[in-house]
Amino acid sequence: MESSQLTSATATELIDLLEGETVSSVEITQAFIQRIQAVDQKVHAFLHLDEEDMIKQAKSSDERRSQGKSLTRLDGIPVGLKDVISAEGQPLTAASKILENYVSPYDATVTRKLKEAGAVIGGRLNLDEFAMGSSTENSAYGPTRNPWNLDCVPGGSSGGSSAAVAAREIPLSLGSDTGGSIRQPASLCGVVGMKPTYGMVSRYGLAAFASSLDQIGPFAQTVEDAALLLEIISGHDPLDSTSYPSHVPSYSRELKAPLEPCKLGLPQEFFGEGMDEEVRKSIDLVIEFYKSKGFEMVELSLPSTDLSIPVYYVIATAEASSNLARYDGIRYTSRSEKASNAIDVYAKSRGEGFGEEVKRRCILGAYALSSGYYDAYYLRAQKTRTLIRQDFDQAFEQVDAILTPTSPTPAFRFGEKSDNPISMYLSDIYTISTNLAGLPGISVPCGFSQSGLPIGMQLIGQALNESKLLSIAHVYDQEHNYGRKAPSL
Amino acid sequence: MSEEKSVDIDYVSNLARIELSSQERDKFQSQLGDVLKYFEKLQEVDVEGVEPTAHAFPRFNVWDQDEVQPGLSTDQALQNAPKQRSQQIVVPKVVEE
Repeated sequence: MESSQLTSATATELIDLLEGETVSSVEITQAFIQRIQAVDQKVHAFLHLDEEDMIKQAKSSDERRSQGKSLTRLDGIPVGLKDVISAEGQPLTAASKILENYVSPYDATVTRKLKEAGAVIGGRLNLDEFAMGSSTENSAYGPTRNPWNLDCVPGGSSGGSSAAVAAREIPLSLGSDTGGSIRQPASLCGVVGMKPTYGMVSRYGLAAFASSLDQIGPFAQTVEDAALLLEIISGHDPLDSTSYPSHVPSYSRELKAPLEPCKLGLPQEFFGEGMDEEVRKSIDLVIEFYKSKGFEMVELSLPSTDLSIPVYYVIATAEASSNLARYDGIRYTSRSEKASNAIDVYAKSRGEGFGEEVKRRCILGAYALSSGYYDAYYLRAQKTRTLIRQDFDQAFEQVDAILTPTSPTPAFRFGEKSDNPISMYLSDIYTISTNLAGLPGISVPCGFSQSGLPIGMQLIGQALNESKLLSIAHVYDQEHNYGRKAPSL
Repeated sequence: MSEEKSVDIDYVSNLARIELSSQERDKFQSQLGDVLKYFEKLQEVDVEGVEPTAHAFPRFNVWDQDEVQPGLSTDQALQNAPKQRSQQIVVPKVVEE
């Protein structure tokens, strides 16, 4: 079988080939490594690739299979990790200079689960430094480019994870989503990306950005593949006290069950000004499709929507300033050569090691938490967060899921927003409230702009009901398959 | 809170323990002022009697059995330390003569 046939296949198709003994995991893994060698100079999705280790893992998988001892369906399938997810013995830079030489001494829970499933852990994927950004321009190691147009950003912060799947450099990957960092790059790169309910996936071993918002989730070409990866990484973990003790169904199996048409909510606040006309047209077609399948559209209101960005940036920067205090030049980050006393070690190491956006957010967060401002900013933001959650609670009394665009525009050009923090922050306007409310959200490709850039829709579901959300998304995806279209590189 | 929407950038960057170049200092001064103006929206919200949300699904009293679990060895725990000697991290002197 040709190498390009393997790299363009979905994970589900690769599983069929492995199970039919048409190809081996080594052949699959080699095909993706070759693809990375061929196109990653253009895309720059990968920060690190341990080819030898990947082949070793693939060989073990093939041995298990030949003895009839495959661990799960995912056994032998390569999965890439955003470079904030620990894998023992592998580097973890978080795209920051301050972690340039860091090597993880242990596995994140999701990494352990992938290894126990037999997956081939493949490569460290680029991001905005410490997951702060919406374009992957904030990486200390250079930006990732959008495979559909190399002059455009891939979105962010998980831009490496989305671009690698879009460029067919890896069939599946994991990212993290604090305010849209999985769904927005998925939308901009034309792949599926999902943020699960807060607490469904353990955060143990994830370099923390904003702990009350961060969730790890999958990228794939199809909803079916995303469901497959999600069921492997989900589940309660005693090592994460916010992990939810809930049963994990087989999402990929439940997708196959017929879905009764249900009610989808259209929040009026999301369909106002600021939305690109081509995005609006694509979403209108999605609405028509669901109607044709018997779904009922319900117009509703989420009145606190315009507060979600200020609430998010107060809470996320405050939590970040506290979380990033650990990068102190003492224990596991590079230390400034210029430091002569203890305070200098912190201030100079962080001044030299952090990029601009990380400094900006840590300082903003320190301000929001500082004496005299805590009540006015942080506490008030947390109270307003309650109002945003209540909006969704009321909406879900009427509907089963909420349908919106994922991003107000298709991919933008490099430099277009990088010097204006607020304009960059606004590119997450449709995704942020989902994190504040802790709900699951998925971005599914739903078309292309006239200039050939992908457009994505977002479905937001009820807490802990990823099964229904995936099923609703699958109804659309299996008939349109926009994520299966590959860019020419 | 104060009516003044500008940040004392030297004070706050010291709180955050981040040394800034003079260029960064000037740039952040105006950018953070803009962001704070944007945050002013929050002051208009009526949050009287509203409980704050710290976590989307609050979980309280998550207990664990008091059992010894395997952990990192000293070598593993120190493998990323920038300066070390005799299985300890070396830091500049923190006490006065």
